[in-house]
Amino acid sequence: MPRFSAQFGRRVVLGIPTAWLIVLFLIPFIIVFKISFSEVRLAMPPYAPLFEWADGKPVAVRLNLSNYSFLFTDALYVSSYLYSLKVAAVSTLFCLLLGYPMAYAIARSQPTTRNLLLMLIVLPFWTSFLLRVYAWIGLLKSNGVINNVLMGMGLIHEPLTMLQTDFAVYIGIVYSYLPFMILPLYSNLEKHDPTLLEAAADLGARPVTAFLRVTLPQSVPGIIAGSLLVFIPAVGEYVIPSLLGRTDQLMIGRVLSDEFFANRDWPVASAVAIFMLGLLVIPIMLFQHFEKRTLEAHK
Amino acid sequence: MKSHGLFSRVALVFGLVFLYVPILSMVVFSFNNSRLVTVWDSANSPTLRWYQALISNEQILGAAWLSIKIAMIAASGAVVLGTLSGVALARFGAFRGRALLAGMTTAPLVMPEVITGLSLLLLFVALEQTIGWPKGGGAVTITLAHITFCMAYVTVVVQSRLVGFDESLEEAAMDLGARPVKVFFRITLPLIVPALVSGWLLAFTLSWDDLVISQFVAGPGSSTLPMVIFSKVRLGVSPDVNALATIMVMVVAAGITASSVWMRFQARRRERDMQLAAAANL
Repeated sequence: MPRFSAQFGRRVVLGIPTAWLIVLFLIPFIIVFKISFSEVRLAMPPYAPLFEWADGKPVAVRLNLSNYSFLFTDALYVSSYLYSLKVAAVSTLFCLLLGYPMAYAIARSQPTTRNLLLMLIVLPFWTSFLLRVYAWIGLLKSNGVINNVLMGMGLIHEPLTMLQTDFAVYIGIVYSYLPFMILPLYSNLEKHDPTLLEAAADLGARPVTAFLRVTLPQSVPGIIAGSLLVFIPAVGEYVIPSLLGRTDQLMIGRVLSDEFFANRDWPVASAVAIFMLGLLVIPIMLFQHFEKRTLEAHK
Repeated sequence: MKSHGLFSRVALVFGLVFLYVPILSMVVFSFNNSRLVTVWDSANSPTLRWYQALISNEQILGAAWLSIKIAMIAASGAVVLGTLSGVALARFGAFRGRALLAGMTTAPLVMPEVITGLSLLLLFVALEQTIGWPKGGGAVTITLAHITFCMAYVTVVVQSRLVGFDESLEEAAMDLGARPVKVFFRITLPLIVPALVSGWLLAFTLSWDDLVISQFVAGPGSSTLPMVIFSKVRLGVSPDVNALATIMVMVVAAGITASSVWMRFQARRRERDMQLAAAANL
């Protein structure tokens, strides 16, 4: 009896979340995949069924590849894919360049100040993401705070155009995702053995050499985890480019949402999503690999 | 060592300034009388007029109330489901379907929101066509969507708390004849309470904050607070949004201060108990 109930309990604990995620996470992707091959039509829902049924058997399959060929022939999609990859890559690099020394400084600080610093890094995350991005509009716009300060100091005479530029999007992404870069880097750097650096110094290595040959190679897993946590969501970012970005060059998240809401072309929106997922599958699997390692390495 | 120690400290200070200046600017300008928001009207400022405008804005208040309700239900649901999957992943060893469950709980952490939103909406539409439920979008579909992406975060928090503890306590209880359900409620659950609290708060924040997924799955009728804010700020800066941001920052700051005071109090009490115990042993 106890054996049976233990088995039963395990199945319940395992079964409920698995079933939930299959229904609300896995099956939706299959539906997106299916609709990406449908034809658009003016109805609700605005897509044609893939299979034609008669007597309970599918008699015709209308597999429509035009949504995908559309993606490659229309310059809008290709350029917004490439632009999204570029924006995400540049922002990730900036995030790393700022986040790495910050994580390093926190990991090397006194244990008492360390917790305070970590709290200061995480604190903005608890306040609304949307409002923090919005704050940058007030800072960057032509009669905004930064321009007013610079003109007040006499450094510039004409307001700089900063809003609706690539620069503004980089700032927005670095700003919003910085904690996601710092935390994995910190938890890696904190575990480093300081005696290794002392050994390197004893052997005559200069600090920069010791950093490059000892600290940096050991922190590669943290760099990869942090970079993926920034890069993958940044590719599909919608809010930041909508509020801060250019209007002549859209990112792919915005294209998807415009296809869906403005054009009501659900099949093309689905094809955009599937293609984006295809680009991100390798980074996502890489992320899962590292996540698994960190979650199971504690043992 | 000195030179790049200095460099990293400068970067830390710069980074913290970078993180806090935008938030401070919203707080400061929420007291500015001018409609231009970023041009300080020194004759009539500071003023509370934007706070008054906010309190009488029915649309924002209604949306905020809806967002709070959704976030509370979504966070609670996510904690239940995320605890189940976190316990399964941390304690069940190798089981069939482990890779599937692990994959489905880590992928949502990085999945672009537009993809999650689109796929969930298409699911809800397909469900409505086949079983007639849910009728249109609304608070129900938003809540279901939020539970799904929040539970991934709770899973990670619970799982990493559990792998930090070894299983010997649970095994000892089992050896003493406790049944699995009892072991869970008497041993495992108390161990992971801090993870459940932080998981709930994290899930609440994520749900409260979510714009993109809600926009996809919400029907025409229901607007959450981020949806209302987004449609306002798309048209440019708006002073009452600064007031709203300031209130949110104050609430978060008060919460963090209260929790750190409470934690310090707990730590001090534990210390005193230990001193008393040590004194009693003398």
